[in-house]
Amino acid sequence: MEDIFENIIKKYREREGNIIFLLQETQEAFGYIPREAVDFFSLELNIAESRFYGVATFYSQFRLKPTGKNKIVACCGTACHVRGSEKILNALNRELQLTEDEDTTQDGKFTLEKVACLGTCSFAPVVLINGAVHGKAGTDAIIKEIRQVGKDE
Amino acid sequence: MSSGMVIRVCMGPAGIAAGGKEVLEAFIRHLSEAGSSAEVKEHCSAHQVGCLGLCALDVLVEVHNNGNKTVYQYVKPEMVGRIVEEHIISGTPVQEWLAESDYDNFYRKQVKIVLSDCGKLDPEDIDAYIAAGGYEPTREVLTTWIPDDVIDEIKASGIRGRGGAGFPTGLKWELGRRSKSTVKYIICNADEGDPGAFMDRAVIEGNPHSVIEGMLIGAFAIGSEKGYVYIRAEYPLAVERLKLAIKQAYDRRFLGANIFNTNFRFDIEIKLGAGAFVCGEETALIASIEGQRGMPRSKPPFPVYKGLWQKPTVINNVETLANIPYIIRKGAGWYASFGTERSKGTKVFALTGKIKNTGLIEVPMGITLREIIYEIGGGIESKKPLKAVQTGGPSGGCIPANMLDLNVDYESLAKIGSIVGSGGMIVLDEDNCMVNMAKYFIQFTQSESCGKCVPCRIGTKRLLEILERITKGEGRDGDIELLEKLSRGIKSGSLCGLGQTAPNPVLSTIKYFREEFEAHIRDKKCPAKACREMLVYSILEDFCKGCGVCLKACPAGAITGEKKKPHKINLDLCVRCGACFDVCKFKSVGRE
Repeated sequence: MEDIFENIIKKYREREGNIIFLLQETQEAFGYIPREAVDFFSLELNIAESRFYGVATFYSQFRLKPTGKNKIVACCGTACHVRGSEKILNALNRELQLTEDEDTTQDGKFTLEKVACLGTCSFAPVVLINGAVHGKAGTDAIIKEIRQVGKDE
Repeated sequence: MSSGMVIRVCMGPAGIAAGGKEVLEAFIRHLSEAGSSAEVKEHCSAHQVGCLGLCALDVLVEVHNNGNKTVYQYVKPEMVGRIVEEHIISGTPVQEWLAESDYDNFYRKQVKIVLSDCGKLDPEDIDAYIAAGGYEPTREVLTTWIPDDVIDEIKASGIRGRGGAGFPTGLKWELGRRSKSTVKYIICNADEGDPGAFMDRAVIEGNPHSVIEGMLIGAFAIGSEKGYVYIRAEYPLAVERLKLAIKQAYDRRFLGANIFNTNFRFDIEIKLGAGAFVCGEETALIASIEGQRGMPRSKPPFPVYKGLWQKPTVINNVETLANIPYIIRKGAGWYASFGTERSKGTKVFALTGKIKNTGLIEVPMGITLREIIYEIGGGIESKKPLKAVQTGGPSGGCIPANMLDLNVDYESLAKIGSIVGSGGMIVLDEDNCMVNMAKYFIQFTQSESCGKCVPCRIGTKRLLEILERITKGEGRDGDIELLEKLSRGIKSGSLCGLGQTAPNPVLSTIKYFREEFEAHIRDKKCPAKACREMLVYSILEDFCKGCGVCLKACPAGAITGEKKKPHKINLDLCVRCGACFDVCKFKSVGRE
């Protein structure tokens, strides 16, 4: 792990001060920002940990926990909202038994992310399952698909 | 087989989602199979193009043949073989797959300037752009104009910032020019954060070189050598195509040192946004490029005097910049001939929601909403009555159905309490609850508020709490007045544009749909039957056939009953998800 951190710091030195860049590289490498990374960078660069967490929690791109094996992205843009994305989201939360502040299932199989807009409004409501677009999504079809994905493992 | 056939496959955001890539691959495969004959290869080419506009019919495929255009809708890879065989080779179009009259109606009232090459050119091919006259405006400006000429021309065109605020672009550039500094920056704001809007994404994905050219001309006008494009990381294809376009521009020496053998040098760097709506605000965007939390600061000093790294910085929106080469090419007078007295030119809108022809449109400023909804948009998809049109996203407002003859321009929309905004236009029908819409937007701004100033951070939270209460059936007398008072306070007390405009969706829905708020508060009823927590479901015994479909669909196990006998809902267990209502074929589930 540490040699990856070293590499990221080497790249970062060229653009001193840009914490966002540092965190984007870290997330690219690990899929999230591990605690160890922040500890390491903080010591190496003499920047307070709070500044890293300040930036990491400000932007929605950064995650502090690993994602599940399968990624479901539910679009909550306006076009999707007026075409019933709330209903799908409620059904997904029920199906995956997620609470308000949890986005990953206990068994680590699924992560459910909400995004503001995917820009494919003509297919609203839109759900992405592992990158595949499910447009004009019906609740039943989405739940069925997810059960299938869960079984396939 | 005739000569000069071109097949254009739509690969805009929706085109790709509908399978555009597979369709293009199928065309290339079938063409090469059909024509080991050199004739086909020589005379027919298939390539990708940016958004064609009418996303509702994707994947759209246009076949151009000596000036004639044939359009296929809903194309799937398995349909391609027949199209190639019957149309491309034998010359008879496949009638049943052709786009219907909607397609022509959709384009009739549109005027394409910024999108004129989008949907025609392969966005990954710089030669296609150059062949269509691209980079010629830059060459002309750099070699024969002085910066003040550019500023005068842009001022004369009357173009105003397309990101939402509508500040005159020529004036902004003039301020940038007059700002004294050896180092200046120009930033292209591609942090398109409005939910329900994809104009900038479509422009960058469909014609990235026009944005680069706009930046080049702008940089020349203000005297800048370095530009940044601040773009959402959530738009991977736009980022990829822009990167490629920048690389191609460097290779052709349109970027870098001594552009067109002049002393002018210009470099462009891409900065990926990390996902924060507030970064659309200029000072927040600057903080984000500098690598910090994207929090706005108070203005003045304006970025045009003290911006990125304390240097003068001009920030323009994608659509604004992409218009520039076309204004230079055809002249300010030509551009200003479109639009109204004070809103010149055209505007791109993302037309979505309950409309038949969802898609990307470009219309002259001053067009009426009625023309957009009923002529271009083809009316309401469900055939239910139109209720309202939402413009301007979380900073805008809802325009009620009785105001459809309103002209769409900066002044007219501002007068009735909405804004043109960046270009989202969401159509609502009777099934949409206006209180719920207000709540939706406040939910969004509340979670995107950066938290720096109290009126926005705490004010939007309180607004949200009140709206949540109302939509749960717990509204109280005086709530409407409280919402209005709080909204006025947030608008006048917030630091940046996000907070200053956040209450607009609340104020405009109260203004035009007050009775709907009252129905929620006084009668505890949602007239649109959209507020989940206020609905009570029951099974109408006289109609229920006892088929058991609802029983299976209910996720809460709240429905009981024997086969072929009327079922019952246990309201203590019911989670009000509406699954039973949706699945019942006999309309025997009631909701109040």
